[in-house]
Amino acid sequence: MKTQTDSQLILQYQNGDENSLSYLINRHKKDLFNFIYYKLMDEDLSNDIFQDTFIKIIVTLKEGRYKEENKFILWAKRIAHNLIIDHYRLQSKNIKISETSFENEEFSIFDIIKEPENNIEDKLIDNQINEDLLKMLVMLPDNQQEVIKLRFFDGLSFKEIADHTDTSINTTLGRVRYALINLRKIMEEHKIILTK
Amino acid sequence: MKKNDTLTKKALMPKKEIIDFLLNYSKNIQTLKTKNRKAILVSKN
Repeated sequence: MKTQTDSQLILQYQNGDENSLSYLINRHKKDLFNFIYYKLMDEDLSNDIFQDTFIKIIVTLKEGRYKEENKFILWAKRIAHNLIIDHYRLQSKNIKISETSFENEEFSIFDIIKEPENNIEDKLIDNQINEDLLKMLVMLPDNQQEVIKLRFFDGLSFKEIADHTDTSINTTLGRVRYALINLRKIMEEHKIILTK
Repeated sequence: MKKNDTLTKKALMPKKEIIDFLLNYSKNIQTLKTKNRKAILVSKN
């Protein structure tokens, strides 16, 4: 089973072989845990995020919703990355409440009112920015598209991108640099402005 | 002389209890298909 690919293990797991999950976890636990830890620098919290990441993976696989578009580990890291972002968002809201309600012992109605989410106009602008960005990405060479997606959409470090693409860190840095230069050129040529 | 490894990344692992929990969690849930072919997860217990 050690020689089996992730795809084979996933298929066997989805067909009821629980041992395959154990192999999958053991194969990727170090890489995934370190990915989480070096974003949080907190071992306990990293264990929590690691657990939540695999719960999402288990549920998605069991429900048959997994679509293999990329490597399993990249998908797992994307889930972990999103959970870390959720954690920071929640943390920033909690700090805001404690500052006035506990430390100064003052109650402010603004602390319990939910922060306004993006209004329709903001959402439309965000969608427009994403659409423009994706259209521009298609114009880049494949290797530059790949590094931009891994770096800015999946949140991977340059070292991880280098490992994933079987290149050196310098090559990765070069590709990201040229990709950004090319994106700026495309923006100038097409008079695209991405900021709000 | 002791090697200065402050720049070396510390390799960490998740706790064994977490792995055990995940494997047990996986064993204790099962998928049921609804009439409209939607999969739902339920506890085996």
